[in-house]
Amino acid sequence: MTMPPEFSGFHTRAVHAGARPDARTGSRAMPIHQTTSYVFEDAEAAAAYFNLQEYGNTYSRIMNPTVAAFEERVANLEGGVGAVAFASGLAAQSAALFTLLQPGDHVLASAALYGGTVTQFKHFLRKMSVDLDFVEPDNLSAWQNGIRDNTKLIFGETIGNPSGCVLDIAALAEVAHAADVPLMIDNTFATPYLCQPMAWGADIVVHSATKFMGGHGTSIGGVVTESGEFDWSNGRFPVIAEPSPAYHGLKFHETFGTFGYLMKLRAETLRDLGACMSPFNAFLLAQGIETLPLRMRQHVANAETVASFLDEHPGVDAVHYAGLPASPYRQLVEKYLPLGAGAVFCFDLKGGREDGIKLIENLNLFSHLANVGDAKSLVIHPATTTHRQLSDAELAAGGIGPGTIRLSIGIEDAADLIADLDYALNRLGNA
Amino acid sequence: MNEQNLSQYQDPEVIQAALARPRVAVVGLSSNELRASNFVGYYLLRNGYTVIPVNPREEEIFGLECYPSLAAIPEPVDVVDVFRDPSAVPAIAEEAVEHGAKFLWLQFGVISPEGVAIAEAGGMQCIVDRCIKIEHARYRGRMHWLGFNTEQISAQRGRE
Repeated sequence: MTMPPEFSGFHTRAVHAGARPDARTGSRAMPIHQTTSYVFEDAEAAAAYFNLQEYGNTYSRIMNPTVAAFEERVANLEGGVGAVAFASGLAAQSAALFTLLQPGDHVLASAALYGGTVTQFKHFLRKMSVDLDFVEPDNLSAWQNGIRDNTKLIFGETIGNPSGCVLDIAALAEVAHAADVPLMIDNTFATPYLCQPMAWGADIVVHSATKFMGGHGTSIGGVVTESGEFDWSNGRFPVIAEPSPAYHGLKFHETFGTFGYLMKLRAETLRDLGACMSPFNAFLLAQGIETLPLRMRQHVANAETVASFLDEHPGVDAVHYAGLPASPYRQLVEKYLPLGAGAVFCFDLKGGREDGIKLIENLNLFSHLANVGDAKSLVIHPATTTHRQLSDAELAAGGIGPGTIRLSIGIEDAADLIADLDYALNRLGNA
Repeated sequence: MNEQNLSQYQDPEVIQAALARPRVAVVGLSSNELRASNFVGYYLLRNGYTVIPVNPREEEIFGLECYPSLAAIPEPVDVVDVFRDPSAVPAIAEEAVEHGAKFLWLQFGVISPEGVAIAEAGGMQCIVDRCIKIEHARYRGRMHWLGFNTEQISAQRGRE
């Protein structure tokens, strides 16, 4: 018996993973299974599906073939054993947390996070009676010293939103594993094309698929993928290792081994929290991923060109793009992001809050909105929008000033993006 | 058995050859419906395999006669699937060779270089630290229905 070759290129997997042509019809594009539920073959099959004895479809809140194709594509590109999709990035994150935490636990998180994540952690986790500390992401000893007996998770973003700091993932994984704790990484800004955190020791990777994965600003979605390598039976996670009262006494890690965490995430957390991804969104997001590597190359090339332009503009005080040669994160970029530091970054105007608002009003090609990772270039003023729930001290901890502008660089022509920014900057009168 | 050795016993070609055989003796099969061995045995039954339970502490599992050892099985066996402590594997491997089985399949964490050496010397092929249910679901089943990474890239029509 001779086996066909293994196809392992990233571009190939982005196009094909999770979506073989349909067995029954031969449909080449991914079919959209717009259905709530599935007819069982017989009573025994139904029982086997609900008991998790057989991989089977029961109800689209918990699984759906189109959503599964999207999930497998993400898991494949990230190098995970599987993935579970959710209605949004924040739904994915809350479910990932809910699955492994219980009251009395403690989480150690980077201080440089997306504002929505900071709010979620501070308020949602507190409501669950989970304790929380934020740590300066660059300070390794602060991470080490922050670990407590009840710490159950270390969390950070590959590229911090919006500060642009780059996380030393391998070093953090070492800190986490020395304490028998998993490392969870939000890889939204890097995407698996630029960085695969699990290859550096991360255990769980979460995404807002809304951003570069979908790539066109059409669909909200999120996804959790896991390496399958963390030992949930190490004594620190009875919530996963011990018999589950929410699933007739099943021990998820013992029974499903490397699939244990993801099985619990799906069969319990997604079942109970209910924030499932719609099949249509899964179709759009999976289709987006087919061009992820092509788009990311253009996003990164444009971001590097635009960041260099801004860096030399007299109206600009500072550009916080890790991809600039003079960035303090240069070494970390070379290690973790050799293909580029993404396409979302901030810059500080010489003027303050008023200049920030004026700049945005004078832009004609950048869209003023609260999103990133669209094919179209986007702009926002974090202090008055995405991060407005944060105090000044929290803003400063995340590297955001009153005149900070966040850009998400699209795949237009760099010359046009520069012309638009140049026009708007020159009208501020600080040049 | 280091990582390199281990991957030698996780060969997709050998795995698929084993999955093509119909008669699987499950050594250490439990009647407790919450144990991994029970999940695997039931799954194999549902997917058309002839499952032969081996466990000296059980009389009958899934309505099938349970044998105290491989030697006690009065019929041919293709695959010996092991859910036992690694220290029990060498004796099981000897019995498997004696019985004429073709594949020794050691489940997650059942890692026994000695057992593998005995089986190989007896002409058997070995799969180590892999789950037969997961591998079946990957190559022949529905693992992809729950978003797991089958690592299968193909433009040929898929499984149902």
